[in-house]
Amino acid sequence: MDIKKPAMSGTLESCDCQVTVEPGSGGVDLTLESVVINQYGNAIRQVTMSTLENLGIEDVRITIIDKGALDCTIKARIEGAVFRSVEQFDNIPWGGAVRE
Amino acid sequence: MNDNKKRLRRTMMFLNAQSPGLIRDPYIYKADSLMFDLEDAVAERQKDAARFSIYHALKRIDYRGCERVVRINGLDTKYWKEDVRCVVAGGCDAIRIPKTERAEQVKVVEAAVLAAEQEFGIPEGRTLIMAAIESARGVIKALDICEASERLFGIALSGGDYTKDLQTAITGTGIELMGARQNMIIAARAAGVQCFDTVYTDLDDMEGFRNDVKTIHLMGFDGKSIINPRQIPIVHEIFTPAEKAVVFAEKVVREIEDKASKGIGVFTVDGKMIDIAFYDGAKRTIALAKAAGTYKGEL
Amino acid sequence: MINAVGRDIPEEILEQTGKEIFQGTHHFDGHTYKKDGPMTKCVIHSGGSKLVDSIHDVLVKCGIADGMTLGFHHHFREGDYIVNMVMEEVHNMGIKDITICASSLGKAHDQLGEYIDDGTITNIQSSGVRGKIGQAISEGRLKGLAIMRSHGGRVRAIESGEVRIDIAFIGAPTCDDYGNSRGIGGKSNCGVLSYAMVDADYADKVVAITDCLVPFPNFPAHISMTKVDYVVVVDEIGDPKKIATGAAKPTTDMRKLMMADHCTQFVINTPYFKNGFSYQTGVGGASIASTISLSKVMKERNIRMRFGVGGLTKAMCDLLINDQVDVLLDTQDFDLAAVESVKNLNHFRISAGEYADPFNKGAVVNKLDFVILAALEIDVDFNCNVVVGSDGVITGAQGGHPDTAAGAKCTIVISPLLQGRIPAICTAVTTVTTPGECVDAVITDYGIAINPRRQDLMECMKDVDLPFTTMEELRDIAYSIAGAPEKVQFGDRVVGIIEARDGTIMDIVRQIKKD
Repeated sequence: MDIKKPAMSGTLESCDCQVTVEPGSGGVDLTLESVVINQYGNAIRQVTMSTLENLGIEDVRITIIDKGALDCTIKARIEGAVFRSVEQFDNIPWGGAVRE
Repeated sequence: MNDNKKRLRRTMMFLNAQSPGLIRDPYIYKADSLMFDLEDAVAERQKDAARFSIYHALKRIDYRGCERVVRINGLDTKYWKEDVRCVVAGGCDAIRIPKTERAEQVKVVEAAVLAAEQEFGIPEGRTLIMAAIESARGVIKALDICEASERLFGIALSGGDYTKDLQTAITGTGIELMGARQNMIIAARAAGVQCFDTVYTDLDDMEGFRNDVKTIHLMGFDGKSIINPRQIPIVHEIFTPAEKAVVFAEKVVREIEDKASKGIGVFTVDGKMIDIAFYDGAKRTIALAKAAGTYKGEL
Repeated sequence: MINAVGRDIPEEILEQTGKEIFQGTHHFDGHTYKKDGPMTKCVIHSGGSKLVDSIHDVLVKCGIADGMTLGFHHHFREGDYIVNMVMEEVHNMGIKDITICASSLGKAHDQLGEYIDDGTITNIQSSGVRGKIGQAISEGRLKGLAIMRSHGGRVRAIESGEVRIDIAFIGAPTCDDYGNSRGIGGKSNCGVLSYAMVDADYADKVVAITDCLVPFPNFPAHISMTKVDYVVVVDEIGDPKKIATGAAKPTTDMRKLMMADHCTQFVINTPYFKNGFSYQTGVGGASIASTISLSKVMKERNIRMRFGVGGLTKAMCDLLINDQVDVLLDTQDFDLAAVESVKNLNHFRISAGEYADPFNKGAVVNKLDFVILAALEIDVDFNCNVVVGSDGVITGAQGGHPDTAAGAKCTIVISPLLQGRIPAICTAVTTVTTPGECVDAVITDYGIAINPRRQDLMECMKDVDLPFTTMEELRDIAYSIAGAPEKVQFGDRVVGIIEARDGTIMDIVRQIKKD
């Protein structure tokens, strides 16, 4: 998949995170801000990388502002932003590119 | 038949599928069923995002025995088909169809659910269905709806929309809901499925809530829709057979079985006249107590 | 050197402070020592008053100099103006190298961050530090060591002479021109002056600061004129709205109510719940809800509380109003209802020493049956952390946590399993403030763990229908939901010590690592 245009998903509410994706300039460029950066910063980066990998995204500028979201929410928000950026709202590859 | 069809469903707690803080661990409040909402609780522009939230929540979060029901969007929207794909793939236990008025609607959803089970490798028949009835026409067609699918485990009344359809309003007296409640429980029992009552929205009036629950319990309802964890203990208390009732039921079952072998059909237990007709009800009482975790006997 | 809670205290710190490592809660039981009295300047001449025109003038009169130790109380909580007023003047006079010995400091004192950076303040001793002060210490900007003490521990340190307070500043809601101070009767009432009493008894110079001068004699004095050197009148000693807040509405959060309910069920099934029992709890939503649900059971079973103690709130004072408790012992008032209750005949003011000092001949905490506490983190050994956030920054206060936990027959800690994404139940707490040997039960929204040291309590709960489990299981559930957290990375420099009640070192706090 290729990121076509900027898109965002999620909120800044407690336990949620806001993810913004934009077309990248080669590679995955992740900017992460988190209220639990010390304790879970690396875990969040890992989840982000594997989610993008599953989606087949190699080129993206992604910004995450995290307010203590669990892994499942981070994944959901990344996927939400990505599918919005490619404007696909049906026939989502559940269990395929979108997976646990 | 799916074993889960007749499971205990005294409480069904509504949750916004878009709210990560809420869907994270609602099971600590011990509702029997959790109802994740993709419909009214989720804004139009967030319908897509909500699906990713619910998919991952269903796959990842351990709901510890609570049934996971998802309310999909109405069949008159462009969202419901993808909703079905998403939540069946996620492994939800049941789908709730809003605004059901015709058996046809249940069959359409059933077909979509089957297709999704096949597409995503979910055991066929695993996903159950329930229908929410929110209009006069739905109430009239209740029996047809109940009989529309083997997967359908029950129907639920959505009082807010129903009373608007009747051109009245929720008053707290229950008068405006009488017709719907009566018709629905009768239809559900005739079809052999469960029946659930509508939400009670006044969280400050716990007395009123308690009376409401007592009423529907006496009418025969299987459970109630819940909007706040505070309501759960009250419903469970009223819907769980009291110890006295359980002890009596045990006696009834034992006596009926014992007397049947002796060819005796009518007798008294604790001064009450009992015959074979009481058997099922007594067994149900014990089953209910067992499911509620309060049964300490050996039957 | 490894201490009794398994924490390694560096040799240099032991040398630098002259302290021992923590060797167990009762290690110093029976220990004898001589108390160290203050320098006292007699006032024999008659007539005259102790009034001084300004804080500047009183600092001069007291001989303020570099390197002095200044004492403050925190009865004005987040509404305090005293510390900032005094330190601003100290700073303007160019004084350096001050040690602040406060009973606690909060966000109201963020201004001190400036004075830490420019060397006015080089040492801080407090029950807790929050906001900018906590950050400054954790970032290594305080030149000296921060010492965190419990309420009882502070009294011990002062009375034994370990800490010598040169000048104590006592914010007094009312005061007369001779120094008789009271916590009520003015426009910024705090109810009691418990934490200031040891300052009044042991500081070389004692200054009362008030915004409500009243005619002599201001009796019954909470702090006596015989201990006060000077009195300064200012416009405002604090913000009344933040000193005594309106009583918090009882929580409607089901999670907290559920934990409170479990707490009450636990309490009533212990052998200590009987007529004449004693009880203490804090200000959290779950704590207050516990008190309310306990009072219902007390009514049903006709059980009367003999005394309640603490940090008091409306919930505790209501017990007195409803005649469910004989007396209340007051160390601090958190809301208006508590301040109001001070007038009640059966509401008694006690000093911090009477409350919790482990080095006097026996304090109230030793007589306590139940204490219900909260915590930032609790580990599988039941050790509690109430001071250092799991991001490594100092952010809380010991308060009376270790004191009451040590004294009470049944110490219960209530905490939700997760605070946001952070597991409150963990393998090892970031910093130990209260040792696990003092904690008897932990109540979370996912279950209750009883300390294996308390086989007797486990026995009582055998047939009780509550969700009992182990700390390890709770920790595992927390980690399976949120993921196992990474340990916060610290630098090498030790910036603070967590001092145990008895003056030994419970744990150390290192500087946080900057990326």
